Amino acid sequence: MTRDDKAWLAPHPDDIGAEPHAPLPPLPGHSSRGRLERVLRRGEFAVTAELNPPDSADPEEVYERAHIFEGWVDGINATDGSGAHCHMSSVAICSLLTRIGYSPIMQISCRDYNRIAIQGNVLGAAALGVCNVLCLTGDGVQCGDHPEAKPVFDLDSTSLLATIRTMRDEKRFLSGRKLTTSPDMFLGAAENPFAPPYDFRPIRLAKKIAAGAQFCQTQYCFDLPLLERFMGRVRDDGLDQECFILVGVGPLASARTAKWMRANVAGVHIPDAVIARLEGAQNQKAEGKKICIEMIQQLREVKGVSGVHVMAYRQEEYVSEIVHESGVLRGRTPWRRDFQPSMQAVESLSV
Amino acid sequence: MIPAAFEPRGKLPPKGDRGRLRFFSIRHARLMESLYAAFEPIVVRLHPLWRTLGYDRIERPAAAVEAAIKGALFDCRMCGQCILSSTGMSCPMNCPKNLRNGPCGGVRQDGNCEVYPDMPCVWVKAWEGSRLMRDGERIADVQPPIDHRRKGESSWLRVARERNPDAAPAAPRA
Repeated sequence: MTRDDKAWLAPHPDDIGAEPHAPLPPLPGHSSRGRLERVLRRGEFAVTAELNPPDSADPEEVYERAHIFEGWVDGINATDGSGAHCHMSSVAICSLLTRIGYSPIMQISCRDYNRIAIQGNVLGAAALGVCNVLCLTGDGVQCGDHPEAKPVFDLDSTSLLATIRTMRDEKRFLSGRKLTTSPDMFLGAAENPFAPPYDFRPIRLAKKIAAGAQFCQTQYCFDLPLLERFMGRVRDDGLDQECFILVGVGPLASARTAKWMRANVAGVHIPDAVIARLEGAQNQKAEGKKICIEMIQQLREVKGVSGVHVMAYRQEEYVSEIVHESGVLRGRTPWRRDFQPSMQAVESLSV
Repeated sequence: MIPAAFEPRGKLPPKGDRGRLRFFSIRHARLMESLYAAFEPIVVRLHPLWRTLGYDRIERPAAAVEAAIKGALFDCRMCGQCILSSTGMSCPMNCPKNLRNGPCGGVRQDGNCEVYPDMPCVWVKAWEGSRLMRDGERIADVQPPIDHRRKGESSWLRVARERNPDAAPAAPRA
């Protein structure tokens, strides 16, 4: 999908730095110098998407996969061995993305490293221009391609948040040793409102906020009533005022895929009604997309929801269409390369 | 045997949620809470005795007693920094991811563990237990990362030391 109409292009001045790869000038009240935090703090409905990391050492594959999101999303999640499968590392993907000017969200899973490795990685990522991290527990090794691996789980997602917050705000490692420059990260947590114990889930989010979470991305939402139940409690406790909540969505390719995901992907809850709707459709893929678009539109109306996180695994090419057709951006265009004055100069030279 | 982060290795996860003392203890979390509330001050007040005997000298026998009692009641894994009072009397070290702050996102719809499909999620049980306790709201406390040097130590003696400022703090074993 392309947008040739230049009238669409209205970049917010705060989101444009001198150079695409350089951190933005600091703003008061902001933890990071990245674009995602600015978009959220301005009260815009944010869109993030998940990049399927390549099994390759070729940076071009990362660039190609990120390019299809350009101008449609405010942040790109680089997964960290998702599903306990081995891929290019999240820190490397993020550093490649910052070279172009994208706004990556680095996922860190506690499964694969201990606190020494994680803190070192956070410093390195910050040095490479990464402004957002998502702190995860990580899937168990049994669901991946190396089930014989040693599961580490030295920290858990909550103590990981507290660790990075300590580094950022107190300018020290967990051990107390001083940092000369702290990593200015916008801290994210994950939550799954669709898995038991349902009543504990909002409390768990509150714990993560207490540990430092500033934004939260949830598991796939296919069950709006269950989300409403979660959000009701979240609003009652004022958690939506302390943390930006981005709800996970994604297109289901077919009823068969949906059933497979429900049975095999940890934490994914898909109600029977959704599967029945897919089964009854002439074109299941188109129906899956339609369900996703409708969900995004409904989520935009839920009070306390600050955005959506699109996980279109192996259907990444449809993300732009889904975001466009849902209309959630309301005419806003997230950052793209030609917003940069320096890039426009290059473009005009080549014409 | 699917690898898990917990130790000791080879201690199999329990199946179902009945027929094991651990689940009895969670169903009677309030009783366990009361028992511990009565027990803790005694251990703390016996500090002069522990000091006379020598904390270091009694560490191993005390840890053995604690492991036997808590092992039977809670399937305790002797992490040495017990937080059962904050986890509904469900030992978090039985979680194959060793999560001490809450469940992961992979809990199955039937409330069982992502890693061990036959084992009820430690945190689903923790939530149930915490609802029965007088001070169940402690489940909302943020727990710091575990200190792996304390593994195998007696949490009871550690409490006695911490509550008595004149006791020398335990030196972590290398």
